Amino acid sequence: MFGWTGTTLRINLSSGAVTRGATDPQMAKQFIGARGLATKIMSMEVDPRVDPLSPDNKIIFAPGPFTGTYAPSAGRFDVVTKGPLTGTIAASNSGGTFGAELKYAGYDLVILEGKSAKPVYLWINDDQVEIRDASHLWGKTVPDTTDMLRAETDEEAKVSCIGPAGEKLVLFACVMNEMHRAAGRTGVGAVMGSKNLKAVVVSGSGAVKVADPKAFREAVLKARQKIQANPIGGKGLKAYGTDVLVNILNEIGALPTRNYRDGYFPTANKVGGESLAAQNLIRPKGCFSCIISCGRVSRVTAKGLEGYGEGPEYETAWAFGPDCGIDNLDAVTKANYICNEMGLDTITMGSTIACAMDMFENGILTLKDTDGLSLNFGNTEAMLELVRKTCLREGFGDKLAAGSYRFAESFGHPEYSMTVKKQETPAYDPRGVQGIGLNYATNNRGGDHVRGYTIAVEVLGNPSKMDPYITEGKAELDITFQNLTAALDSSGACIFATFGIGADELAEMLTALTGVSYTTEEFMRIGDRIWNLERIWNLKAGFTAKDDTLPERMLKDPIKTGPSKGKLSKVLKMLPEYYKLRGWDKNGIPLDEKLKELSLSRL
Amino acid sequence: MKVLMIHPDKCTGCRNCELACSVFHEGEFRPRVSRVHAYSWEKEGISVPMMCQQCDNAPCVSVCPSGAMSQIQATGLVSWNSNLCIRCRMCTIACPFGNAVYDSGSKNILKCDQCNGDPECVRFCPNEALTYLDDTIAVRSREKAFAAKFREAFKEVK
Repeated sequence: MFGWTGTTLRINLSSGAVTRGATDPQMAKQFIGARGLATKIMSMEVDPRVDPLSPDNKIIFAPGPFTGTYAPSAGRFDVVTKGPLTGTIAASNSGGTFGAELKYAGYDLVILEGKSAKPVYLWINDDQVEIRDASHLWGKTVPDTTDMLRAETDEEAKVSCIGPAGEKLVLFACVMNEMHRAAGRTGVGAVMGSKNLKAVVVSGSGAVKVADPKAFREAVLKARQKIQANPIGGKGLKAYGTDVLVNILNEIGALPTRNYRDGYFPTANKVGGESLAAQNLIRPKGCFSCIISCGRVSRVTAKGLEGYGEGPEYETAWAFGPDCGIDNLDAVTKANYICNEMGLDTITMGSTIACAMDMFENGILTLKDTDGLSLNFGNTEAMLELVRKTCLREGFGDKLAAGSYRFAESFGHPEYSMTVKKQETPAYDPRGVQGIGLNYATNNRGGDHVRGYTIAVEVLGNPSKMDPYITEGKAELDITFQNLTAALDSSGACIFATFGIGADELAEMLTALTGVSYTTEEFMRIGDRIWNLERIWNLKAGFTAKDDTLPERMLKDPIKTGPSKGKLSKVLKMLPEYYKLRGWDKNGIPLDEKLKELSLSRL
Repeated sequence: MKVLMIHPDKCTGCRNCELACSVFHEGEFRPRVSRVHAYSWEKEGISVPMMCQQCDNAPCVSVCPSGAMSQIQATGLVSWNSNLCIRCRMCTIACPFGNAVYDSGSKNILKCDQCNGDPECVRFCPNEALTYLDDTIAVRSREKAFAAKFREAFKEVK
């Protein structure tokens, strides 16, 4: 096969059995790779009602056909499993070099099943696959684990691992690769922890083959030019990183502030990308095959907060910053470093702290609950202390380790949790940007922005601009973005490539690479197919239309200050149209005609 | 005469150079056989591209017993001739930078040949970390970039 390696690796951690099979070409064609193909495997092999942290859940590492080629900014992979934070099907997407290395080792998919009796790691050296003892690595941070594993395998090996948070089954632990890149959301790290799997280490000497090298080269050069000519893809992200969004969102009054009490934070600029570039940035960093380089190699020299690493991204700066009422960039960056080292999702961590601060200020939590910490908004020391405690499940941190929904619910006040399907919504206030609210509500992995990034259109005007306050046309916009992103994720491309290119360019490159003909329409239909497959998985897991909504605060408490003052989310107004355009009934269940059109069947 | 220059300060570690090189020379994406490698140290966030420097007084040429490695007068390039090569791999030992490697799969010496005067890695580098310039301009551009740092320093003092 071209683009795909043609081989699927399967490891049973209970029995230690390692088997290889062929990647099904027909299935690969229909689901492309990565998120799509691995979700298809999950739907065939795992009951959606499975306990996510039981041996019956599986976890799949899956690069896409582009991964390992020079398709621009397309070196990504997905970690696909049932997420313990949400209970939904979860594909957490990451960059770095790990995905490409898996391809060079010869694999389209690495399927991990069962549970090891003791801590182990996986060493994949081309055809040679070993399950090795990891008891000496248990408890180690991500950088230490990475260093130690390279010392005992190959110094150029790529390491994907969990930190202490994943070992301790923190429900929003992530899987980290190349030290700083994260398959961040839905708690995929806890699934690895539940299997006693500390790391997957890979070294590959093989190739990704291309069907038509000349046509692929031409298509890639054309796509690169378009990304490089785009003001965001070509310049903005490299200069300021994703954190450039702090000021942009604050200026339209859609920067969630103090656990979404407000949508405007007067001193937001202090944690924005411009401040980061002036204060902490050392240089931009690119993932494998990336021409954008949004990564931030950064440093903090402030006393007591000293550190060196990568970040923060926009979401991270927001979660530990304005959402907690904090405008200290050094502290925010430090919190980011701790999460990277311990293997924790920054969005859920920051938002869970914000939730606790909100409950503390409202008298629901007292000093007795919080180990004596005064959890007022703006308390930087308390924020950092809670990050440390949560990573290790220490004291009050043990309660926060379940994420804000379960935490707030345990005190009888789930309304303080800013979550959809128990996952924290990120840094775009749906009261100030209507389309993104509909995306949060309908997203197949709960509160999340990267699977229907309507912000591109509603705020950034890419490729065209729509008024963020209106609801008309937003259902259609959401569906287009959700389908495009599902297909794009499955190809191995980065969502930021869409700052310059779209389905036309992706389909053209994919055709030249794989030798399988993909039209733009077919590419988008595949996205639709993947989205619907995820939906029917979630329905089988027990989700209903009732779960397609936003926290009450976003529906009933207007933004108090700033340019979006007085605004509310009108998500429930848009939802019926969304279901209809999706080809679903009024309960959000895909109709038979829709499933037939997409060649899907119910689970 | 043109020079292929490396600017590690601009390298982001994306490895597009390796991909462009391997598909150009081998017809497939296989960084292991690329003639250029960008090494990254994640902790420090540093990446450095490495490739044959086309030395004027090249140890690989001096040590080659069969004349397979030679310097082309017109271009200044150090060239490897597969037909003359006896695969003794002395050149890989002699190169002080490790920029000539033996590939046991293809039984070839892998070293940069600058793609017949139009280096593919330069075209695909998105960060100008690899540049291909007239040798006099090339030398001065680095000197000037360093001089610019003084200018910045003086501006701050003022």
